Amino acid sequence: MLEKLKAFWRYVRRLTGDDAYEQYLKHFADNHTNQEGLAEEALIPLSREAFFKEWQDKKWKGIKRCC
Amino acid sequence: MLVLGVSAVSAIALNRGESISAMWFITAALCIYAIAYRFYAAWIAATVLVIDETRATPAERLDNGRDFIPTNKWVVFGHHFAAIAGPGPLVGPTLAAQFGYLPGTLWILIGAVLGGAVQDMVTLFFSTRRNARSLGQMARDEIGPIGGAAALIGTFLIMIILIAVLGLVVVNAMKHSPWATSTVAATIPIAMIVGFYMRNFRPGRVLEASTLGVILLLLAVAGGGWIEHNESLRGLFDHEGLTLAWVIIAYGFAAAVMPVWLLLAPRDYLSTFVKLGTVTLLAVAIIILQPHIHMPALTQFTDGSGPIFGGKLFPFVFITIACGAISGFHALISSGTTPKLLANERDIRMIGYGAMLLESFVAIMAMIAATVLEPGVFFAINSPAGVVGKEAIDAVAKINSWGFAVSVEQMNQLAKDMGESSLFARTGGAPSLAVGMASIFGNAFGKSMLALWYHFAIMFEAIFILTTLDAGTRVGRFMLQDMLGNIWPKMGRTSWMPSVIFTSALVVAGWGYFLYIGVIDPNGGVNILWPLFGIANQMLAAIALCVATGILVKSGKSKYVWITGLPLVWLVIVTSTAAWQKIFSDDVRVGFLAAANDLAAKLAAGVLPPEKAAVAPQLIFNQQLDAYLTMFFVAVLWVVIIDMLYVTYKYMLGKPVLPITEVAREPSRLVES
Repeated sequence: MLEKLKAFWRYVRRLTGDDAYEQYLKHFADNHTNQEGLAEEALIPLSREAFFKEWQDKKWKGIKRCC
Repeated sequence: MLVLGVSAVSAIALNRGESISAMWFITAALCIYAIAYRFYAAWIAATVLVIDETRATPAERLDNGRDFIPTNKWVVFGHHFAAIAGPGPLVGPTLAAQFGYLPGTLWILIGAVLGGAVQDMVTLFFSTRRNARSLGQMARDEIGPIGGAAALIGTFLIMIILIAVLGLVVVNAMKHSPWATSTVAATIPIAMIVGFYMRNFRPGRVLEASTLGVILLLLAVAGGGWIEHNESLRGLFDHEGLTLAWVIIAYGFAAAVMPVWLLLAPRDYLSTFVKLGTVTLLAVAIIILQPHIHMPALTQFTDGSGPIFGGKLFPFVFITIACGAISGFHALISSGTTPKLLANERDIRMIGYGAMLLESFVAIMAMIAATVLEPGVFFAINSPAGVVGKEAIDAVAKINSWGFAVSVEQMNQLAKDMGESSLFARTGGAPSLAVGMASIFGNAFGKSMLALWYHFAIMFEAIFILTTLDAGTRVGRFMLQDMLGNIWPKMGRTSWMPSVIFTSALVVAGWGYFLYIGVIDPNGGVNILWPLFGIANQMLAAIALCVATGILVKSGKSKYVWITGLPLVWLVIVTSTAAWQKIFSDDVRVGFLAAANDLAAKLAAGVLPPEKAAVAPQLIFNQQLDAYLTMFFVAVLWVVIIDMLYVTYKYMLGKPVLPITEVAREPSRLVES
């Protein structure tokens, strides 16, 4: 039961974008390490605040809501 | 399942008795959806589209952790459904209920399983196979530049009409209602508080901020009741339609220029939560309560004399109910947006087809909420003063003369119960839906709070109508900047303030004009704007189906072409007939030109009362403009169809056509082989 509730909570967080930053960090860690030739800055992920800013601005560039 | 479905449908269709339980509607809908999903959708996915579970999707191949992200199918379903389901499926069925419950219900069910859901699913599939390209890009790549331009212009114009008509719905819900107006006004600062919370105070904590916002919204609904009863404050929120229209126009401009994090994004969270919550609550309430439908299966208004909008059952029921049966707008979400999240092609059936079925179910519930009302009450709320008369006594006499019982006392008592000063001629569908929802909620969860439920329902509709208004104005602005950027590159820069202000003002002026005319029109404006929106939306659906049909033919799947071809043919018939009638009909309540000529003749003869004569020149101009706009929509539609047929014809003869732009297959690393 507790497992199910936890899974549901994870689902709600994913759906609302509550965990978007955690997802981003995970993606970053998987893809941006140990690559030769990358500048120092490229290895530092965005801060939570900066990421959220960019995420939100990007989200509303296209058609996101219908009739 | 089949037997239950058939018996439920026949119970609805053949019932001619006093009343029928809403449970039959729910049962019929669920059976039809289940059968269609299990067999038709599965067959299309496996045999026609040939879904390949082992093929990497754009989300996997182009994964960047930001917009392309392979995502759990239930999460994608949630996003997709939240994006496609707006106010459309609530308003359309309410208006179409003037024909009786049967035509609208059948069209919602059949249109969705054979048309709308197929359109959404195949568009999602084709966009997924093309790096999540948008409908406009696919039209250009697969059919040609004309098709691409048509899709772009069509989208832009739909946006303008849609925002105008939705603005009108909100204005009519707030007109002379301090409770509704103050509640809707409160949603703006509440959204801003939520915006600050998740931008500055606790960045990215979407759930905390939204929970806070929803609590504040509920308090705002209750607070509105307090303002309603406060003599000094209620005057601040008691306004004419025209004043409210100007406020909405000013608001729309401000919202389009402001940064998204301040208003649009937080409001969207709130509206999505409130929408999902309310729709679920409504479904639960209908199942607990099992209300009876009071509207007859068919009314005498199938002959075209209906008070809410003029025009015969065919083609106007198919135009009035767009969202809920088939909506071209969905193709814009199914292409470009949702494919970027799709982790596996096998999810396409559930997301594309399934989400549309759920939207269709929302439309069925709106139909139930409209038809549980006594027909006399339903027509008293939804008939414009221009049709039934301004005075309550005249309106009641007129509605009684149609054979629907209603009395002035009954309407006054109802208005009092709902906490409103009057419910006569509250056109646009929102107030009648709110009365229907309030009576369902009131009966299921306690009657003492009818007025609270009513204003909760109004807030629920207004908040996501305003989200559509904000988001639509902004998208319109981006599209305009994109187009103008081709002429003067600087205009195309989305962050250049003069361009932002100029293009936002243009977009707002576009829908603001139609909203203004709709408000000053004594016939309520909805009767003009909603069919125009329906025609435009069905035109976009036809364009999406054209693109899909063209791709099917070019992929060598001509023998299956009917899955998109059949709904396409039907939409072309319906849209062209409706457009023809809207332009050329002699009936002044249907034909734009006839109405313009009639009004001009009356104005010249001096038979109009002074207040009507003052606005007549504007109304005449508007009717003519609407006629040209409709002609333009039909012309665009036919250009795309001929373009598509020409491509098909060339392909059949073996002549060169634009190559298919499907991206080459790459095996997925996400599935175990």
